[in-house]
Parts: sequence; C-alpha cells; structure tokens
Amino acid sequence: MNLGRVTGRVWATRKDVRLEGQRMLFVQPSSFSGKESGGLIVALDTVDAGVGDTVLYVSSSEATVPFRPGLMPTDATIVGIVDEVDHKEGSWTPNPESSDG
Amino acid sequence: MVLGKVIGTVWATRKDEQLRGLTLQLVREIEADGSDKSRVVVAVDSVGAGVGETVLFVQGSSARQTELTKNKPIDAVITAIIDKLDVE
Repeated sequence: MNLGRVTGRVWATRKDVRLEGQRMLFVQPSSFSGKESGGLIVALDTVDAGVGDTVLYVSSSEATVPFRPGLMPTDATIVGIVDEVDHKEGSWTPNPESSDG
Repeated sequence: MVLGKVIGTVWATRKDEQLRGLTLQLVREIEADGSDKSRVVVAVDSVGAGVGETVLFVQGSSARQTELTKNKPIDAVITAIIDKLDVE
C-alpha cells in the first residue's frame, strides 16, 4: 500500500460502464514521512475520502481487489483514511486543510 | 489512473486475433494543469475518445478489467473522457 494526500476530483460523463457511480479523486503520492513523491494519480475511492485527507491506496492490479468478483478498470484505489503515522523519523498526524467529502 | 491527451491513432493489419476490432490510440501523459509529460503509450479505447480529448487511462493488468479488454493482450485502456477536474 502507498500513502498519499487527496488533492482534487475528476468528473467524466463518458466512461467505462464499470466506473458509473465511482468517485475519482486526485492523489498526490507521498513517502511515509509525508514528503510528496512523484506525479499526481487518479484513484477510485472506497472509503469516502475527501480533499485534504491523507489516505492509503493500493496500486496496479491489487487496486481491483476491493471490487471482486466484478471487473473494475482501475490501477489505483483508496482503501483507508490515515489517522496517524508512526515513523522512525517521527510520528505525525495528518491535518486536513479542508474536506468537501 | 493517470491523465492523458489523445494525440493520434495507430493502425495495424497484422495483429493478434484478440486485438481485432479494437481502436488503438496514442496517448500522451499530461499533468493536471494540462502540460505535456514525455511518456506516450498506445491504449485501447473503450469510450470513443477522439484526438485532442483529455482522458483517463489505466495501465498494467488492470487494463484487462473491462468487458472490451478482458483476457486480451492489452496493458493500457482509456476508460473515461474528462469533463472537468478540480485540483488544489
């Protein structure tokens, strides 16, 4: 699993039928010390995450696991909202700047 | 999933049987602000995207998770045409 922060949202009317009803959120990946790493990705959401939340997400084919046994064309899925991280370089508590659900 | 822009179409007559009838689009990865990244991939189009459109595409084995691409030799599929995006 990977750590990231929800930074926005994407809307699409024309999409694969499996994506109907799925929320698509921008996630800025980060290291486990909270530093941004790499470019933005778009992830499906299974836990009602909002903009500003620090989240756990799964990537590649594991991203489809929460939707089994059905098909779901996703390579990134948010599976948790992080309350606190205990890290050897120090613990930290994510502090959402905003949350619009 | 990442954002991309459809920049062209690829045609191939001799190809794997399971690719027959599929549209192969050239997609350039882009940033959320619309600026180009350097990576370009060939993706199967499941939504009827045209050249110039901003799309979402899925890569790796997850690309085989649509009715159109199930069990086929495909590692990238366009799954949505973006209407609007909102990013910090």
